Amino acid sequence: MNQQQKTNNKKQTTNNKQLITTSLVWSVPLIITAIFFWILGDIIWHGIGQISWEFLTTATKDAGRSGGIAPIIVSTVLILAVCLTVSIPLGVGTAILLAEFTREENWFGRLVRRSLDVLAGVPSIVFGLFGNALFVRILGFKYSILSGGLTLACMVLPILIRSAEEGLRAVPNDYRFGAACLGICRTSTLWHLLLPAAVPGLLVGLVLGVGRAIAETAALLFTSGYVDHLPTSLLDSGRSLSIHIFDLSMNISGGDPNAYGSALVLIMLLLIINGMAAWITHRWLENRILYR
Amino acid sequence: MTLSKGDFDDPGDLDQIFLDLVEIENNQMSNPQTTNNKQQITNNQQQITNNKQPTTKIQTEKLSLYYRAKPAFEDVTMSIATGCITALVGPSGCGKSSFLSCLNRLKDLMPHARVEGSIKLGDLEVLDPKLDVIALRRRVGMIFQKPNPFPLSIWKNIAFPLREHGIKNREEIDSIVETTLQDVGLWDEVKDRLKDSALALSGGQQQRLCIARALALQPEALLMDEPCSALDPISSSIVEDLILSLREKYTVLIVTHNLAQAKRIADYVALFWFQSGSGKLIEFGSGKQVFESPQHSLTEAYINGIRG
Repeated sequence: MNQQQKTNNKKQTTNNKQLITTSLVWSVPLIITAIFFWILGDIIWHGIGQISWEFLTTATKDAGRSGGIAPIIVSTVLILAVCLTVSIPLGVGTAILLAEFTREENWFGRLVRRSLDVLAGVPSIVFGLFGNALFVRILGFKYSILSGGLTLACMVLPILIRSAEEGLRAVPNDYRFGAACLGICRTSTLWHLLLPAAVPGLLVGLVLGVGRAIAETAALLFTSGYVDHLPTSLLDSGRSLSIHIFDLSMNISGGDPNAYGSALVLIMLLLIINGMAAWITHRWLENRILYR
Repeated sequence: MTLSKGDFDDPGDLDQIFLDLVEIENNQMSNPQTTNNKQQITNNQQQITNNKQPTTKIQTEKLSLYYRAKPAFEDVTMSIATGCITALVGPSGCGKSSFLSCLNRLKDLMPHARVEGSIKLGDLEVLDPKLDVIALRRRVGMIFQKPNPFPLSIWKNIAFPLREHGIKNREEIDSIVETTLQDVGLWDEVKDRLKDSALALSGGQQQRLCIARALALQPEALLMDEPCSALDPISSSIVEDLILSLREKYTVLIVTHNLAQAKRIADYVALFWFQSGSGKLIEFGSGKQVFESPQHSLTEAYINGIRG
């Protein structure tokens, strides 16, 4: 009888434990999703009224209180383009060096990896000051889209390199050994087998990097400036969407509606980029075997 | 067993033999009344041999492999006969696979691996640090336990290595793809879907594709590391028949844990054993001799143990 009770009690405790675990496991993701939808809903609610073809295609007026955000979008895209043009080749190159040409315990590789991890954690304002000192002053690019893009490239590189390296390391060694045994040189193996197989990993890094770059405000304040005209060259100052939002909501009274509108555009831009990356990954995995 | 000086002779491929001087010493073990033939062959002359005695394709001399300070196998001296199937058997961890990976210098890719001794492929010293490893690996192909087709189409799996070795002509590639796939008995199964992913094939088909891919480069020797052990019995027997069909044309070295398989297909059998801290070659001889009258007590025990 006593024994029976004990087992029953035990069962009861296990059931309770299960209940706690289950509710914890479910509630955390629910809360996170709820927060995401709350933010998204708030921005859509306030911002959707602002969005129109005109808003997207005309110049800002009255310090941003009225008019559109066309020059802002152009500047944002240009800054992002400079950032990616510089950071993708550098990032993939470094990742190849780390993953394929140095052993994991090699001192140089370890030094590079440690430095990157530290860099990834450096606050963006520090990158801003660094970019201001190096690109704006020493190299004399002034406050410009070029300076901003290059500063963002420095910020994005650690993320890009580490995820590209992980992507390459995730490619099974079977391919490397198989290719070596067929007398295929390392360059061709890398080019035809390893990099294509690592593309999904590279794209994940790219999405994370773009996400960080497009949301960046502090680093750009010191480097690309906040002139809200349409830039005519890469050496012109240009205002990114994030700075536009910051300026409208903090410095301009009556700028809130357009700040919301700009925020919605920014989020849509991010979603489009993520969606494109996902689509490319999917297409790539499906079609990779067909290329000749 | 005497050491035999190797030559490039490959009875299946006589047109390609260019040797100034070939010294053929027959393997004493397989042929008690040893004859020494010395033949002078000029560069453009085709060699005509009716020699039934196998010549040596690969000769290892006191070969040892160490991972850092730990030996994988030590002092292996073995001559591998041209056009024959040599099976390497023995318990796990006695250095059979490591031995194979020395013969095509795959061990170069493994960190901290150090080799001592000598490997001769014909006149070529395989362990020469200045050796063109890519050319060597074209001559000595390798098949792994787990089929490892590239994530490319079936066609491209064979075409990609060919292109890397300078065969760019599309028609030539197509004809090589067809003949090698026919050689491995895969042509009828895949001829309508050459552009499909190789990864969609079954395990046995993948392994045959890997063999086809290796054969397309016309190697002289094929190293096979337990090629059947990841396959189901039917695929396994298909691959085994395929290996048998490679005899004469190719020199085959196969690591296997399946003694029955070794008995069925091997001309020569080498038994590796873990002794005093490393793998050793404890018995080497013709399949008949090793299975019917083993010289070493461990060989006898190993064979009988498996028989139950």
